[in-house]
Amino acid sequence: MNIIVVGLSHKTAAVEIREKVAFAPTQMEKPLNAVVALPDITEAVIVSTCNRVEIYATTRDVAGGMARLKRFLADYHGLELETLEKHLYSYHGEDATRHVFRVASSLDSMVVGEPQILGQIKTSYGYAAEYKSSGIILNRFLHKAFSVAKRVRTETKIASSAVSVAFAAVELAKKIFGELSDKTVLLIGAGEMCELAAKHFINTGVRGVMVTNRTFERAEKLAQEFDAKPIKFEDLLDQLPKADIILSSTGAPHFILHEKEVAEVIRRRRMKPMFFIDIAVPRDIDPKVNDVENVYLYTVDDLNGVVATNLEQRKIEAAKAEAIVEQEIGQFFKWLSSLEVTPTIVALRTRFDEIRKAEVAKTLAGWKNLPPDAEKRLEALTNAYMNKLLHQPTSVLKKTDQGNRNDLYVDALRNLFDLEAGEQQANLIDLED
Amino acid sequence: MNALLFNSTLVVYAAATAIYLMYMVKPKETLGKAGQWVTLAGFLVHCGFTLHRYLAAGHTPITNLHESLSFFSLAVVGIFILFERRYKVFILGSFVMPLALLILAISASFSSVIPPLNPALKSKWLAVHTGMAFLGYAAFAISFGVSIMYLIQSHFLKKRKLGPMFQKLPPLDMLDDISYRCLTFGFPLLTFAIISGAIWAETAWGTYWSWDPKETWSLITWFIYAALLHGRLTTGWRGRKAAMLSIFGFAVVLFTFLGVNLLLGGLHSYK
Repeated sequence: MNIIVVGLSHKTAAVEIREKVAFAPTQMEKPLNAVVALPDITEAVIVSTCNRVEIYATTRDVAGGMARLKRFLADYHGLELETLEKHLYSYHGEDATRHVFRVASSLDSMVVGEPQILGQIKTSYGYAAEYKSSGIILNRFLHKAFSVAKRVRTETKIASSAVSVAFAAVELAKKIFGELSDKTVLLIGAGEMCELAAKHFINTGVRGVMVTNRTFERAEKLAQEFDAKPIKFEDLLDQLPKADIILSSTGAPHFILHEKEVAEVIRRRRMKPMFFIDIAVPRDIDPKVNDVENVYLYTVDDLNGVVATNLEQRKIEAAKAEAIVEQEIGQFFKWLSSLEVTPTIVALRTRFDEIRKAEVAKTLAGWKNLPPDAEKRLEALTNAYMNKLLHQPTSVLKKTDQGNRNDLYVDALRNLFDLEAGEQQANLIDLED
Repeated sequence: MNALLFNSTLVVYAAATAIYLMYMVKPKETLGKAGQWVTLAGFLVHCGFTLHRYLAAGHTPITNLHESLSFFSLAVVGIFILFERRYKVFILGSFVMPLALLILAISASFSSVIPPLNPALKSKWLAVHTGMAFLGYAAFAISFGVSIMYLIQSHFLKKRKLGPMFQKLPPLDMLDDISYRCLTFGFPLLTFAIISGAIWAETAWGTYWSWDPKETWSLITWFIYAALLHGRLTTGWRGRKAAMLSIFGFAVVLFTFLGVNLLLGGLHSYK
């Protein structure tokens, strides 16, 4: 049995294509049933997110199965296969396993290490389990993928650092203040980045938000959006001591806050630390403000620097994660091949036994004046002969040590002796999950 | 037996220090937990040592440098255990345990023979006066360790050097808070130690205050910490300034304790 993957992602297709092949998460029953109804496809899971659409399936016929899945993707969404095909990738065997393990571990994500993808795959698998389109192999396969992802998360620091400017600002604030729940954020001016950062702070949970703007109406409007307190720009210096975290992005051509003013403000705060984030270009806050005792000033460049180092760090961690994935692939394949060993041995013995019985019967039919024990002896002879012949290959198949390519032998035997696909059995080797 | 308990404590503290330093390099939860348990084990053995010595000597074992350094170390570890349970930051151990180990190692360098008790010390005040003084010193020692962490972390933030060490150190406000709590814990103890010392001096030497070097330096120490706490409560001395003053204060504590005994002499110079 082979695992195959067919799909497309942000790496192979633009959003215009991806949105056309996406499946609605609430209506997965129909496509899942359609896929398992395809000839030679036994199990299927469909993963559909805004960055990727993929079908995981099991089949005996790798090439045929892939072709059918591609055709299905095109037909189901009413697209030309010729136009869709150049965006599609397909994997089987080890490559398919590697691909899915990497996707689940967020190594194939647009932002490597982002945590959403694992949840999305779990949801997709949930649908497949609900509509019974996944069976023993894909169940095991995806559970393995989840445990690989978990291992990657706990053993590497792939997702431990902020990779957006807004998140970096929140992380830094936590390094200064610890808890943010009793801290106040002040927004000076407006701007996309500033508002985004403010949203991150609100999501993290702060005590309050204040907003000020040169035009008070705009401050009021923004304050409504954030459930914040609007402040007159003239009152900025009066209100500043109440703020712990200050996000500034006005369009002013010159500094709006200077060292002297901030030194006075921090004194009025009884030296409680302040964290200034200057997102404006040109800058709003005199860089000398950073020299004031217990004041920490970061500009957008500083935050970008943080993000860049974190991304660098993620690359190093991603390499560790890849090594974990490689390790786990081997383990999974051992289990997968072990699934087929016993049915193959049984089928092989049955095939040999059929031939033996037929030949014995033929011989006996044309044999006159049989000695009384001839039939018994013939049975014994042919049985012993068959068992001797099968002993060696059977024991090689049963070997489970590292490097034994049971999967190759199983495939070869099935082809050479034209064996039926046996019923899958429960796992023979217990794998560590 | 006594030497065995002492040496065991030394070994276990060394192990705890090693674990905490490893934690600083590789901050894994299991390492931190291990450090916590090994420290607790060391503390219990250390308590055993102190108790054993108390029974063997028949008086509070804080009468010479070997004993008082050992008790100092015991108090540091004890208070550290309390703070670590409260704040749950293992990295604290990477700064405090080496200090406790160092103090105990210095203690080991002094003779561990139990000398006949100096008649002047034969009093119920011995336990109260010295015990409180060293508990206070221990609280100041932890404030010192935490203040060093504060200065390092604040330097990283100011210079925007946000490397791995920065990631491992706790938030500034938490460090400031721990340091402040240590001071509010240590300062009353020091105050009572000085007062009880004065009362004892009156009964033993016939005068409350004789401007003996130890007394003078204790008073200087007291004024430094009083200023620090006062500054914090009134004008808000916190953060870097408070951290630097706490470090300075601990240097004076060390001089009051060791410098006076070894260099200045006087009524208090028990060696």
